[in-house]
Amino acid sequence: MSKEKLISRYNAAERINHWIVAVCFVLLAISGLAFFYPAFFWLTGVFGTPQLARIIHPFVGVLMFLGFFRQFFRYWHHNLFNKEDIKWMLSVKQVLSGHEVGDTGKYNGGQKGMFWLMTGCLLVLICTGVIIWRPYFAYYFPIELIRVALLLHAWSALMLIAGIVVHVYAAIWVRGTIRAMVEGVVTHAWAKKHHPRWYREVTGDKHKP
Amino acid sequence: MTNHWVDIKNANLIVVMGGNAAEAHPVGFRWAIEAKTRNKAKLLVIDPRFTRTASVADFYAPIRTGTDITLLSGVIRYLLETGKYNKEYTLAYTNAALLVHPDFKFEDGLFSGYDAEKRKYDKSTWAYQLDEKGMAKRDDTLSDPRCVINLLKQHVSRYTADVVANICGTPKEAFQAICEHLAETSAPDKTTSFLYALGWTQHSIGAQNIRTMAMIQLLLGNMGMAGGGINALRGHSNIQGLTDLGLLSTSLPGYMTMPSEKEPSLQAYLDKYTSKPLADGQMNYWQNYPKFFVSFMKAMWGDKATADNGWGYDWLPKWDKGYDVLQYFELMHQGKVNGYFCQGFNPVASFPNKNKIVESLSRLKFLVIMDPLVTETSTFWQNHGEQNDVDPAKIHTEVFRLPTTCFAEEDGSIVNSGRWLQWHWKGAEGPGQALTDPQILAGIFLKLKAMYAKEGGAFPDAINSLSWAYGDPHEPKPEELAKELNGKALADLPDPKNPGQFLAKKGELLPGFALLQADGSTASGCWIFAGSWTQAGNQMARRDNSDPSGLGNTLGWAWAWPANRRILYNRASCKPDGTPWDKKRTLIKWNGEKWVGVDVPDFKADEAPGSPMAPFIMQAEGLGRLFALDKMAEGPFPEHYEPFETPLGTNPLHPKVISNPAARLFKDDKAQLGQHQQFPYAATTYRLTEHFHYWTKHARLNAIIQPEQFVEIGEELAREKGIGHGDMVKVSSKRGYIKAKAVVTKRIKALQVNGQSVHHIGVPIHWGFEGLTKKGFIANTLTPFVGDANTQTPEFKSFLVNIEKA
Amino acid sequence: MSLQSQDILRRSASPTQPPIAREHKAEVAKLIDVTTCIGCKACQVACSEWNDLRDEIGSNVGVYDNPADLTAESWTVMRYSEVEQNGKLEWLIRKDGCMHCADPGCLKACPSPGAIIQYANGIVDFQSEHCIGCGYCISGCPFNVPRINQKDNKAYKCTLCSDRVSVGQEPACVKTCPTGAIRFGSKEDMKEYAQERVDELKTRGYANAGLYDPQGVGGTHVMYVLHHADQPELYHGLKKDPQISPVVSLWKGILKPLSTIGLAASLLFGFFHYIGVGPNKAEDDDEEDKV
Repeated sequence: MSKEKLISRYNAAERINHWIVAVCFVLLAISGLAFFYPAFFWLTGVFGTPQLARIIHPFVGVLMFLGFFRQFFRYWHHNLFNKEDIKWMLSVKQVLSGHEVGDTGKYNGGQKGMFWLMTGCLLVLICTGVIIWRPYFAYYFPIELIRVALLLHAWSALMLIAGIVVHVYAAIWVRGTIRAMVEGVVTHAWAKKHHPRWYREVTGDKHKP
Repeated sequence: MTNHWVDIKNANLIVVMGGNAAEAHPVGFRWAIEAKTRNKAKLLVIDPRFTRTASVADFYAPIRTGTDITLLSGVIRYLLETGKYNKEYTLAYTNAALLVHPDFKFEDGLFSGYDAEKRKYDKSTWAYQLDEKGMAKRDDTLSDPRCVINLLKQHVSRYTADVVANICGTPKEAFQAICEHLAETSAPDKTTSFLYALGWTQHSIGAQNIRTMAMIQLLLGNMGMAGGGINALRGHSNIQGLTDLGLLSTSLPGYMTMPSEKEPSLQAYLDKYTSKPLADGQMNYWQNYPKFFVSFMKAMWGDKATADNGWGYDWLPKWDKGYDVLQYFELMHQGKVNGYFCQGFNPVASFPNKNKIVESLSRLKFLVIMDPLVTETSTFWQNHGEQNDVDPAKIHTEVFRLPTTCFAEEDGSIVNSGRWLQWHWKGAEGPGQALTDPQILAGIFLKLKAMYAKEGGAFPDAINSLSWAYGDPHEPKPEELAKELNGKALADLPDPKNPGQFLAKKGELLPGFALLQADGSTASGCWIFAGSWTQAGNQMARRDNSDPSGLGNTLGWAWAWPANRRILYNRASCKPDGTPWDKKRTLIKWNGEKWVGVDVPDFKADEAPGSPMAPFIMQAEGLGRLFALDKMAEGPFPEHYEPFETPLGTNPLHPKVISNPAARLFKDDKAQLGQHQQFPYAATTYRLTEHFHYWTKHARLNAIIQPEQFVEIGEELAREKGIGHGDMVKVSSKRGYIKAKAVVTKRIKALQVNGQSVHHIGVPIHWGFEGLTKKGFIANTLTPFVGDANTQTPEFKSFLVNIEKA
Repeated sequence: MSLQSQDILRRSASPTQPPIAREHKAEVAKLIDVTTCIGCKACQVACSEWNDLRDEIGSNVGVYDNPADLTAESWTVMRYSEVEQNGKLEWLIRKDGCMHCADPGCLKACPSPGAIIQYANGIVDFQSEHCIGCGYCISGCPFNVPRINQKDNKAYKCTLCSDRVSVGQEPACVKTCPTGAIRFGSKEDMKEYAQERVDELKTRGYANAGLYDPQGVGGTHVMYVLHHADQPELYHGLKKDPQISPVVSLWKGILKPLSTIGLAASLLFGFFHYIGVGPNKAEDDDEEDKV
């Protein structure tokens, strides 16, 4: 039996929510990259046929947006920037070498940045996605707008993908993180190291390191 | 057409007036475009609307509907006053120099001899002064005031540019430009081709519209010339064939006249129609009338027609009056008609005052429809809401529908506007139970004959005597009918020039009408078609398009009546001395012995130049007529009469005689004429390129490209009435109303006429309550039941309506 | 002998050169002489007949244009413009449809390999079985031509009758045009003929007559002779200098390498960062809490 002391970070609903969004993202990224890069067009095969990929992509997009929308309201108040985050961000080099900086709450400056980036990208993606969605909605929009929407859709999707690469890497790199989203728990050590203020809040420990 | 479609490319000036060639004749219009692109021709369009033709024209001028005679008379005035006409041609080839009867006159809108009660003229003064031999007198110095040209000058002197502008609404500068363009082609090496169609014929003064233009062509020296002529663009692919074969109530094939009650005997009949010469040395071709007629009778009755029985003269019906469609439906409306055979005809849609037509059909006992399509006439008894608001329970007419094949489902010939008989081959079998028209008619004929044989009857002779020499009596073949129309020798025909030789042996098909005889030794169903199917085979099926002259006279392509001649009166393309007016347009020339050339000479082949024989060989004096003698109902000179429904309420030239004084108007229909106070807008009906008449609304592709009924109005009127693009509007005349979408356009402008502003409303036909297009109203619900005084062609092109937003 | 096309200049979403060995074919062109077109719509019907298309029976919207717009089942339509300039009314009638650009925006935008191909003769053809219905071609087209069919969600447009042309026949619209306003031949010949027409029009007072062969899209294989070549907009908004939209060029151009670099950089960074720094482990300093 483990002697670890664990803290609950994400409850089951949150974890399910996250992984729905994550799976959506993967599907969307696969099909989106296929539409964007001729060399990746074969990825549409994941959906059976290219036509199916084109048909399924926007529906998955809507699902992802709804999922993310729920997450947004769960976490937005944790993601407001404060002075500590600025300190964190200014010392990002140090952070990258494995040394935490500042009195980080539930999320650090990088995570908050990522949150807002994703939020922004998702908003752009859903709006432009509707505008370019054939055969249902595109007919209602002028061609010039559709063209801009196509550009923004691709651009924001690529931003999002790049962001998610960072997000995934960070989870892999910072050991103990994936467990938070899989089992819902983190170790005291993890929390104390990476999110000291949040650690104090959830444990009631007044002791500031 | 005196010329033909391809020949249009030779014109220097093309005037489209009383028609919309690009719209209604897009395929033939290619030659107008060729004239423009290859011959630097100018294209003029004169029309109430800026049409599809106008869209490719060099010049467009507006005109109020129904006022063409005014404008054209103004042109004649201009030509005569400025002297810009072909004087040599006019003197030699027209009746300009002939002297007119001393009592002939024109006063206050009427010519001499008018009987107001009968609405008819006594035409005895509409004649030449004759010498003691009965020949017309002429004064080649043109100094006699009774010379045709002097009377004409006087007659048209009223049609000044101001009068033209005042009546037609055509701006003076535009009129001046038209005159100048036309005058340029009085040069011997320049020609004008007028392209016209139903926009001229469908008026109460329709025939005179065309005559006025014909007079201009004579003055300009354009008749008989390549690139000139009078070119009626026929409204159906085979309507030329219809008139050629005499499918009019007082006609026989080949432009012969059906006997009337006034000619009780063959002799009386032949005396009347066999032309007597009016000048010495003329060909006067109608003097051969008995040969054409007797040959026709031999074709009709075969061996039963003999000299003793007047070639069966008694078996022909004798008319008391014309039974044109207006007359016939008037009788039907009066309840005097029991049954009606409607073959390839859709009167409910095609005839004026649709409500009267439906009422008339409702009074029949039976109606037989022979048609490939579901016509509105075949379902006139069905209620289709506002579009055909009848009560089927109250209609007792029994309707029989006999489906027929259409033209593409049978072999045969079609005569185009250029008089070409072109043989065609069936493209498909007819669907379902469809039979060809000859099959159906043969069936009816054989049944009637059997019934007469069994039951007897009042007058079985005509039916019993009819020749019916077809391989299968139930199905006369197109080839058999074509050969019958061409004609054959019934006996050996000796060659008068070579004793012992024969021009044709008994039983042979005739090579041409020159061989026809009045003694019963030849038969020909339609003398002008003689030569179309000879011993050498079916001439109509020839497809050699070689064109040695480059003038488009392809003598090896199909066959043109008469005698494969492509340009009528082509002797007039040469001066009296035989040299061509224009070397580039040499059609025929004298080779020292006879006339030869790239066309079949329309002249006595061995008549040398310099003889008195004149080129208009069908006329008794051999001349083109600026003065029409007694051939027209309303006068030997054209005169402007307002449409029966005029937006002016008067005739600015002679307020006492407003509309055609010789036109027939039935009492009930007179009561149904609208006045400009209630119906202030001038309306005109027309076709669109996308459809053919009431047929193609049954074809999906045509329905797609013009799916829904509309009317066209100018922007100014639309503003006044608060009508926008695509609004539904109600257009009404005294006779009924239609509802349609509004096409608001810059292409129809208000015209300033006689001190008032006249708006035009364009009403395309084509829609009805049957077919694949959106259901529509019959456009002819609006049109008046009155026709041209000569032809009884209804006045579809000029009537009054009101319009409001529906 | 292979039946396949081996004269393909370009193929959508295909980074490598498609079969091109038979590329010697001359460029073809359809020349539409607007000045001799009477707007009869025979070309529309011929197009539908040859290509077996039957559009809906629509309604009248207050003009002669019917169908009112191009559709997946109407690959060419006549556009009618009533223009009044200097007191002169003109009814300008233009046959609208695919222009077969030398630099086709549709092909550039298409994400599906081989759904749009450009033959060596210049014809730009849609291979419908490869179409995924995304509509990118519509945004790529500077002339607003392709249309998606509601029934199968595939894009359609004029093929320049590539089937007819490949066996030496002219497109159906050309064959049927009653006035000869539509011609077909090598692009060189068509330009030569157009010059004749332009010269002739100039003698009629159309000083600005000219050929419409817009270079912004590399020239087109459907060209117009216009009376007013200086004002193509008069002809129902024909663009004066059409180009593939810069937005589309950005999207299908620079964005691709930029994003490739960006994505690759982020992946490589992560990889090398991990190799260099190793995992970020939280030290277990809770030992005192353990028993």
